[in-house]
Amino acid sequence: MTDLDRFVFSFLNVEVMRRYLPSIAEGFVLTVELALAVIVTGLALGLTLAVVRSLQIRPVNWLIILGVDMLRAVPPLVIIVLFYFALPHVGVRMSGFTATWASLSLVLAAFSEEIFWAGILAVHKGQWEAARSTGLTFGQSLTFVVLPQAVRLTIPPLTNRAIAITKGTALASVVGVPEILSAAITGQSFAANPSPLTLGAIAYLILFIPFVVAGRFIETRFAWKR
Amino acid sequence: MFIVGPSGSGKSTLLRCVNRLEEPSAGAITFDGIDVLAPRTDINGIRRQMGMVFQSFNLYPHMTALGNVALALRKVLKMSRTEAADCARAALTRVGLADKADAHPSELSGGQQQRVAIARSLALSPKIMLFDEPTSALDPELVGSVLAVMRAMRESGMTMVVVSHELQFARAAADRVVFIDHGEIVEQGPPARVFGDPAHPRTREFVARIAGHQ
Repeated sequence: MTDLDRFVFSFLNVEVMRRYLPSIAEGFVLTVELALAVIVTGLALGLTLAVVRSLQIRPVNWLIILGVDMLRAVPPLVIIVLFYFALPHVGVRMSGFTATWASLSLVLAAFSEEIFWAGILAVHKGQWEAARSTGLTFGQSLTFVVLPQAVRLTIPPLTNRAIAITKGTALASVVGVPEILSAAITGQSFAANPSPLTLGAIAYLILFIPFVVAGRFIETRFAWKR
Repeated sequence: MFIVGPSGSGKSTLLRCVNRLEEPSAGAITFDGIDVLAPRTDINGIRRQMGMVFQSFNLYPHMTALGNVALALRKVLKMSRTEAADCARAALTRVGLADKADAHPSELSGGQQQRVAIARSLALSPKIMLFDEPTSALDPELVGSVLAVMRAMRESGMTMVVVSHELQFARAAADRVVFIDHGEIVEQGPPARVFGDPAHPRTREFVARIAGHQ
């Protein structure tokens, strides 16, 4: 057996891959579901927090900043483990999927709140003044004038965050969710061959390439000439 | 009415206090018999009746010219989409930009942008228009188009308060000129008198300096 043959046998073993393709395909679907759920709730919560922060109520803002900074500082894995293993002791029981979804949503909310907030601040003060001078309320000015501009400004960093958090779904393997990585590691153990990991990597590529392309498309679609 | 004075004299601040974009620390503002500064006054209701035009236009970059004009019509005056579009188109026609309704601000010249901004205020049928240095950010050859629109508004009887350095325009179009320095009214009266025969030495100095440039 040459070195190349050994490499192909270990990492590109078609027979092993075929055997574990179904379980990794199921993991793929689960990862997509988890990622979509996290992105939707995380971004919605982040946007809500940024809007609340723009109301400039001091004690509320302190709470938001404190919470956001903590969530950004703590590794997401710690939060997942806390939700899954610690909360049952106080009577809150949840599945591994729910624990991962809730944890990653909170982390994404923390990061996206900061991004949305920076976007709101980046919109020129004159935009507020023009809107308010025509009689629009604070809420209307925010909704129709400031946020549309802020969101456009923040699409590139938000795309990056969404990709990062989607990779974070691999952490769900720790709490027994059979997503891509989990399915691949299980396959590797049973087959005593790392080819399922290669398959997992391919699954992640299939997942992320459309993601990145969609991000670029949204960036150009929503950009306006300055 | 024109408010003139050296930079830093408080002209813009005074104007911005009128619709409470800035909160005055003292004094009274009465608009159409209503105390603008009273805590119970509906400031959004008042602002709707006071148009404001800014030095830097402040058009919404994510909307077309028509969208810029129509937004407040729909959200403040609660017009339907088609009603607001018709009304916005009429306002754009008044400033000579009916053909630019679908252009975004970035596709318009400075003079055109400022006229869209005027249309945005005008569409709400305000009782008074506030202009904060409307031509200061424009190239000299574009100033004329904006002044022409302002002159037409004056002719149609609009009450206007203008902060501007266009003294020739003030001389030709203003009923009253107020000269401000260091936050105080130094002198006021008809333009012919304030510019032609200023009583106060500070006014004299200012008029001479500006005239030297024009």
